[in-house]
Amino acid sequence: MAERGHDSASYAAASDIEEMELVHPKTFIGKYIWSQDAKVIAIQYAITATAIGLVALVLSILIRLQLGFPNAFSLVDPSNYLQYVTMHGMIMVVYLLTALLLGGFGNYLIPLMCGARDMVFPYLNMLSYWFYLASVLILVASFFVPGGPSGGGWTLYPPQVISQGTPGVDGGILLMLVSLSVFIIGFTMGGLNYVVTVLQARTRGMTLMRLPLTVWGIFMATVMALLAFPALLVAVLMTICDLLLGTSFFMPEMQTLGEQSSHEGGSPLLFQHLFWFFGHPEVYIVALPAFGIVSDLLATHARKNIFGYRMMVWAIIIIGVLSFIVWAHHMFVSGMNPYFGFLFATTTLIIAVPTAIKVYNWVLTLWRGNIHLSVPMLFAIGFLFTFVNGGLSGLFLGNVTVDVPLSDTYFVVGHFHMVMAVAPILVIFGAIYHWYPKVTGRMLDDRLGKVHFWVTFLGTYVIYFPMHFMGFAGVPRRYYAYGETAFIPDSVVTMNSVITVAAIIVSLAQVLFLFNLAWSYFRGRESGPNPWQATTLEWQTEHTPPRHGNFGDELPVVHRWAYDYSVPGAERDFIPQTVPHEGEERR
Amino acid sequence: MAIAIAVIVLALGSVLFFFLSPWKLTPLASNWGTIDDTIHVTIWVTGAVFVAVNLFLAFAIIRYRYHKQRRSHYDPENKRLEAWLAGLTTIGIAALLAPGLLVWGAFVSVPEDAHEVEVVGQQWHWSYRFPGEDGRFGAVQTRLIGPDNPFGLVGDAAGRDDVLIQSPRLVLPVDRPVKMVLRSKDVLHNFQVANFRAKMDMVPGQVTYFWLTPTETGEFEVSCAELCGIAHFAMRGRVDVVEPAAFDDWLAEQPTHAELAAREPGDPEAGEAHFASCAACHGSEGQGNPDQNAPRLAGLEPWYLERQLELFRAGARGTHEDDTFGQQMRPFATQLPDRQAIADLAAYLQTLPDEPVEASLSGDAKRGARLYRTCGSCHGAEGQGIRATNAPRLAGMHDWYLARQLRHFREGIRGRHPQDLYGHQMVDMAQVLVDDRAVDDVVAHINTLAGSGEE
Repeated sequence: MAERGHDSASYAAASDIEEMELVHPKTFIGKYIWSQDAKVIAIQYAITATAIGLVALVLSILIRLQLGFPNAFSLVDPSNYLQYVTMHGMIMVVYLLTALLLGGFGNYLIPLMCGARDMVFPYLNMLSYWFYLASVLILVASFFVPGGPSGGGWTLYPPQVISQGTPGVDGGILLMLVSLSVFIIGFTMGGLNYVVTVLQARTRGMTLMRLPLTVWGIFMATVMALLAFPALLVAVLMTICDLLLGTSFFMPEMQTLGEQSSHEGGSPLLFQHLFWFFGHPEVYIVALPAFGIVSDLLATHARKNIFGYRMMVWAIIIIGVLSFIVWAHHMFVSGMNPYFGFLFATTTLIIAVPTAIKVYNWVLTLWRGNIHLSVPMLFAIGFLFTFVNGGLSGLFLGNVTVDVPLSDTYFVVGHFHMVMAVAPILVIFGAIYHWYPKVTGRMLDDRLGKVHFWVTFLGTYVIYFPMHFMGFAGVPRRYYAYGETAFIPDSVVTMNSVITVAAIIVSLAQVLFLFNLAWSYFRGRESGPNPWQATTLEWQTEHTPPRHGNFGDELPVVHRWAYDYSVPGAERDFIPQTVPHEGEERR
Repeated sequence: MAIAIAVIVLALGSVLFFFLSPWKLTPLASNWGTIDDTIHVTIWVTGAVFVAVNLFLAFAIIRYRYHKQRRSHYDPENKRLEAWLAGLTTIGIAALLAPGLLVWGAFVSVPEDAHEVEVVGQQWHWSYRFPGEDGRFGAVQTRLIGPDNPFGLVGDAAGRDDVLIQSPRLVLPVDRPVKMVLRSKDVLHNFQVANFRAKMDMVPGQVTYFWLTPTETGEFEVSCAELCGIAHFAMRGRVDVVEPAAFDDWLAEQPTHAELAAREPGDPEAGEAHFASCAACHGSEGQGNPDQNAPRLAGLEPWYLERQLELFRAGARGTHEDDTFGQQMRPFATQLPDRQAIADLAAYLQTLPDEPVEASLSGDAKRGARLYRTCGSCHGAEGQGIRATNAPRLAGMHDWYLARQLRHFREGIRGRHPQDLYGHQMVDMAQVLVDDRAVDDVVAHINTLAGSGEE
């Protein structure tokens, strides 16, 4: 078979990978609680993230009840409303998406897909999870302190977030800031692990350009997170100083509700720069793993190699780098020097080019494929549609002039939910349907999966698509109620009710999904080691689910890239990465 | 198959939704038609890409759906195709960016002949300042802000003729470029008039700006577009765009800093004479009389009394057809000849004794305490009233009167008049009280408060 340029290393170089010494615990607690096995840690991350995510889901329903049926239920007053909005945003972005994609999928898939026995620093990896759990518990505690959780917005903008009269200023905000610090410390432990494992612990023959895109996406996202989270950490620590020690990093001289504050000279905009220096890369920290995973879902379930693999890798890298120089597009109307608008609009629109290339390559991967409409494939297609929508609406907000009337309206709410919430969540669901058989040895139920897909995919579109048009009409976001605003027609009120009903239905579909996870664990059809006939290493393990150490006595040796699907002349329509090329000796 | 049909239906349905949706850009009322043009260019370009990509996706799904006999094509890369796609995308992006940057160039260049207005944001209120005849704003300092100096003017010469507008209603002349100079006393705010398109955050500790030329006369709603606390949604104002002559007349009527400073304080002795006709209903000590439906006046802040009397006199209160008692009040207010008479009367009322009142309603004060959290943001945790938020004292007032007014606010009987912008805010806030029981509960809690009112 002809060698291809993308896979030129036709032999597996003799490598100096040393066997790792793993701590094999004997007790239940050692295996499942204080576990150092990346796979168990991944499940711990996933369960914790899902649990806190459900809290955020309930909060979103409370928010929607107020918006859809204003004051019909006396459940939510203006303070609660801001608290729920704040906690919903913070939990979803940091504690659910970041933790689940990097801590969950990263831990499970990186060692398996790279052909490593475990993460290179297993003990640190375990600590990373426990720090994460602590940060979640601290955040949850803020619901139970006097005054409740913070209502200053998930963006934590000073002076609002720590000024008198803001909900949660008595304790909730401090807990949130401490929780974020703990989260970041814990993430750093995990993140260093992921990066070092990808760079140092790949098995023989696994060159960087043979890595599955899932690993590329998670790897790049982790590198970015290691560079971006410190900006948030210093911003958080400085805010704590302003709150407790009376410093004035971000707090200017001001009068709140008639009282002169003790601060003077701080800069609220400095905080915004620090926050978004973290905040924009954060978007891609969530998006890149999803980009990587969806590439593998599409290739496997269309039985076709990913189109333009090298371009895909470079696009991931370029997006990662560019995402550090676009942050101020969140601040076009913040009052920063308006001349920055030229620069940041330009960098922002440039990033659309590699992103568009990824979309083309995904669609071209389907082209001339043999598409199995399995549940993971449905979610992957749902992602493509949603992401195209959300990506294109980003071209409005990134283009500084267009952003001015649309910023702080429902257009923004529609855009970021589409691109950063629905799109990655659809990938996460697809990924769970895809890898659940490897994790448990059983298949998830197909019919339940399809119902889950259709309700989620169509429902979220009903929720978020109309919001863009409300934004055109000028409907402002973060409003508890709209009263009789002159420029807001009654039809917006009606639409808000429709959206709320759709949100409730979509939430119920998630209950169905959780049921499927539980039911299939005991009753699901047995999957065998490689139910999707995939090429990557995690499907070639000796045991399903893989045991501690992942592979048998010998680590696998990689002979080819991750996408040898439907190779002409080959007997079957996939060739695992461990299979040598013809005429080549198995090493 | 279903998924391909869904993709087609959703893609085309989205386009249809765009045409049929009742939610369009608000009617343009400024020079920023170029912003609208950029939006429209973006809509057409992204819309075309959206439809093209998704239809291709759907076609691929249908054409290459699973078939036992089919084998996928082995097709790792196609450099020519990839280069073409990257090139075309780059051109498309440049076509979107170029007009955007050109318009932004105009946005950051304030015309030299623009006049200036300062907008001051605070929780949850707008006020405005014009530079006066010298065309220069006086210097300000946050620490100097107080009840007598709400703008914090330092008292330099340039500030003496600054025109100060304390109401959230701003008047602007049509067809004249204006630079909106923005500052905030407390947290971030954002001065947004949807019809103007342009907007900008207001940041404490610094001055920001944007500019526009109003091109249509009419009334436009101001809303705050940066989260500023629990009454963010009720931080409203109004811009009236009028003909230049009407603007000049309006501006001439507004007081300058020097005029405000020179105003005579209210004279209690003169006020006593005016009080004679009030006493018949409100009682000789201003203690109020439930039988006459006349609320207590003693203990209320002078600025609040003055504002309400002005509203009655102007017909902004006591003119709603369902406000029977307000209608009874109105003729008495119109008897007061001028602003000075109102100030005198308010000053006299300050001399009356602050006696406790008896509770007449029974509500659940505990439940009311939770509801009161919202009220307390402006009126103070003890119901003492806060001048800075324009919120009067509630504690120690008659509960039957408070309950009636809350119901009136909730139903829009009070506070809906276009001139009663503070009342408007109360209409929004009173929606928190979903039924009469909630009103009784919150009033029951107010009965337990001890706030005695700021001067």
